[in-house]
Amino acid sequence: MTTSSHDVIVVGAGIVGAACALECAQRGMRVTVLDRDVIGGGATAAGMGHIVVMDDSPAQFALTQYSRQLWNELRAELPPDVEFERCGTIWVAADEEEMEEVRRKHTYYLARGVNAGIVNSGELEILEPSLRRGLAGGLLVPDDGVLYPPRAAGFLIERARAKGATLHPGKTVQRIGRGCIRLSDGSELSAGFIVNATGAWAPELTPGLEIRKRKGHLVITDRYPGFVRHQLVELGYLKSAHSISSDSVAFNVQPRKTGQVLIGSSRQYGVESAEVETEITAKMLRRAQFYMPGLAQLSAIRAWTGFRPATPDKLPLIGPSPEDPSVYIAAGHEGLGITTSLATGRLIVDQLSGTVSPIPVEPYLPSRAVQEPSHV
Amino acid sequence: MSEQITLTVNGLPVSVPRGTTVAVAVLLAGAVCRHSVTDEPRAPLCGMGICYECRVKIDGVAHCRGCQTLCEHGMNVRTDD
Amino acid sequence: MTSAERKQFDVLVVGAGPAGIAAATRAAECGAHVAVVDDNPALGGQIWRGGVAGAGTSQAQGWMRRFLSAAPRLFSGTRVIGQQEPGVVLAEERDIQRTLRYRTLVLATGARERFLPFPGWTLPNVMGAGGLQALVKSGLPIRGKRVVVAGTGPLLLAVAAYLRQHGAEIPLVCEQASWSRLLDFGFSLLAHPGKIAQGLKLKLELGSTPFAANCWPLAAQGSGHLESIVVLRNGEKQEIPCDYVACGFHLVPNNELAALLGCELRGGFVAVDDFQRTTLPFVYCAGEPTGIGGVDLALIEGEIAGLTAAGDEITARALFARRRKLQKFVATLVRAFAPREELKTVPSQETIVCRCEDVPLSRIGVHAIARAAKLHTRCGMGPCQGRVCGPALEFLFSWEAGSVRPPVFPARIKSLSGREPEPELESDKTTGGIR
Repeated sequence: MTTSSHDVIVVGAGIVGAACALECAQRGMRVTVLDRDVIGGGATAAGMGHIVVMDDSPAQFALTQYSRQLWNELRAELPPDVEFERCGTIWVAADEEEMEEVRRKHTYYLARGVNAGIVNSGELEILEPSLRRGLAGGLLVPDDGVLYPPRAAGFLIERARAKGATLHPGKTVQRIGRGCIRLSDGSELSAGFIVNATGAWAPELTPGLEIRKRKGHLVITDRYPGFVRHQLVELGYLKSAHSISSDSVAFNVQPRKTGQVLIGSSRQYGVESAEVETEITAKMLRRAQFYMPGLAQLSAIRAWTGFRPATPDKLPLIGPSPEDPSVYIAAGHEGLGITTSLATGRLIVDQLSGTVSPIPVEPYLPSRAVQEPSHV
Repeated sequence: MSEQITLTVNGLPVSVPRGTTVAVAVLLAGAVCRHSVTDEPRAPLCGMGICYECRVKIDGVAHCRGCQTLCEHGMNVRTDD
Repeated sequence: MTSAERKQFDVLVVGAGPAGIAAATRAAECGAHVAVVDDNPALGGQIWRGGVAGAGTSQAQGWMRRFLSAAPRLFSGTRVIGQQEPGVVLAEERDIQRTLRYRTLVLATGARERFLPFPGWTLPNVMGAGGLQALVKSGLPIRGKRVVVAGTGPLLLAVAAYLRQHGAEIPLVCEQASWSRLLDFGFSLLAHPGKIAQGLKLKLELGSTPFAANCWPLAAQGSGHLESIVVLRNGEKQEIPCDYVACGFHLVPNNELAALLGCELRGGFVAVDDFQRTTLPFVYCAGEPTGIGGVDLALIEGEIAGLTAAGDEITARALFARRRKLQKFVATLVRAFAPREELKTVPSQETIVCRCEDVPLSRIGVHAIARAAKLHTRCGMGPCQGRVCGPALEFLFSWEAGSVRPPVFPARIKSLSGREPEPELESDKTTGGIR
């Protein structure tokens, strides 16, 4: 490849990189996207594809709410193979303590314009007959959705290319900095700006980024249409996602448009190997069957793992690298990469073009002082 | 060996010799085992439990491989109706 | 969980085809505590399908009787889905989970047919060659039915003979190999007198069944089910009305379990030493997964593996010479029956390649590598886990098989959920229990 000049080079064609590329191309910038493997081949391929509003922190809420809105606006243009389904989420409460959390979330969401409804035990049974009896109830968030991430990333890239962006898959980037990219084949590219959207591998290109791999397991079943209707998440999930140091599993089940049931979730730190671990999978499935006993008989056809890119304060890094103004970081989205990809693209292109974003960008800036969160 | 087994396929009684598999019973009942995601009718291909074209619901359990399951008295077999 | 499962088997054999039967029999005869796990309802694997009752040849009958006398523990209808930990295999029987502990493991997982897509191949009554034979053995009436047998390999003749024996009418056997390849193959059989005898017996059974080389399927036709097949015969199209098509393009090894456990594969086959040991300690492999070589080779590899696993290397070694002779058959088969290039042009853009997810060739072909195709079209993501489309894509695009993940076969969620601790069984208490 000969040296050439671009306005923006996006490194990483996962869903975050794809969204950044599309936003920049739509604003008329000359964009190139590089990826060492296939489009959407990293965490994008492994994840659940859940589009969800989350309120661990005001900043997380703002970002997920904004981005979910962008997905719902884009909905009509998504082709069928993206499998977008606005099935909604039900946050499931097993007991009265968790129902307190349901009520708190309900108040919080309603005050901020997010549709949500409290369901009691009986209503929960009607909405999701496969859940076990005797749960306390839950919070229904009807505007959440699910999609098939690799095709969503593919769609965003195709759109970007239609606006003039170029894509180079199978290109490994060795070094980035000062407007220059060096590839493993020795060639170099230059650009006004470089976006590091390489997820769990972002620290390899921008040393010092506090992103750690958080391994997750997933299992998918054969087709059982109607077995589950909404994305179901136990409220204990929040305790699992909160904890930054221990291994954990939580009940998290999703209906795919194909009728297959996608079962998660697990979190492990400090594991480099991508192999599927029998014991973690078993633990995760036991937790799932606790909430949905009928899962026991379903045929599981595949299990796999992925690495979520996790930051210490659980917020992604979106903005200029503190050491190098030509490098922008768009990484560290943990389990919310699919949801927040579109907003990330907007925030990145806003910053690149000096536009003010609809939400404050400070909480996501890489230059923010990262405080150690107090333990729950 | 020539004992006859009676089971139902989509509600219709079918009588087969012991040793017959569910997949064959479905074919004898004039049905196909399943319809594909684009609604093509499908019947067994590999005969050895690998292709999953012979999936049927047996006694309420979905996605059983008919070619690897011997017919038993009173089995309730349903193809994807 | 019975006391049999709590115990550790000296030798655990996966697969009850010829290789598995030979391995288990030899090991049990040596006094080892042996168990065999097999997915099929009865002994015999594919080629000897149907247990003792179905055993066609005297060789099969002999081995089955010897197996039953040696009396290893047999878990039929049971499928290995993965490894719990080294030394413990996880299996599923219907919906019961079984954990089986072993000191040595013999993988005799056999082979499956290679399917190459052609227009109409998804029509009901288009089946594999071994596939149709398996269904007839499972009770499918074939008397008076017209069956076109197609594809490649010695299996075609064996299937045609079997079907004819059971009253089917065979308008044509279509072998894609050229006459010169078949002639070479015929000559090479001179080195294997046993095979010539088999061949002559087959010829008698086949009688006047029409056989064509340089012949392969172009399209299956029918509305809702098969009505006829169009074949290309020496450059000319021929349409043959038929009730069934029995079509398979030789065999590919079932090496997924070996790969999952971590055994080294070479050229797609499980690497083994002279004693049939894989690169994993205490794991052996015998039969087709080490190289497609037919029944006789599978038997002797099974014997060597079983003997060695049970500690009798001396008797095992005595079989090396015979195995060496039979091993030549592997390369012979590859040379004779490699699918020809023209078969790559047979599927149309609309032809479905991944049957689980209905992905046509057109959608797959736009991707440069297998992983992109899988992620973006979902081909290979269905319950067959790429066992049907994988070898086809490998032939069409030279794509290598991807990495194997557990479960190595679809399994009920229950079976993947680990075990609840079980109360002690009465029998364990009285015998002191082995844990």
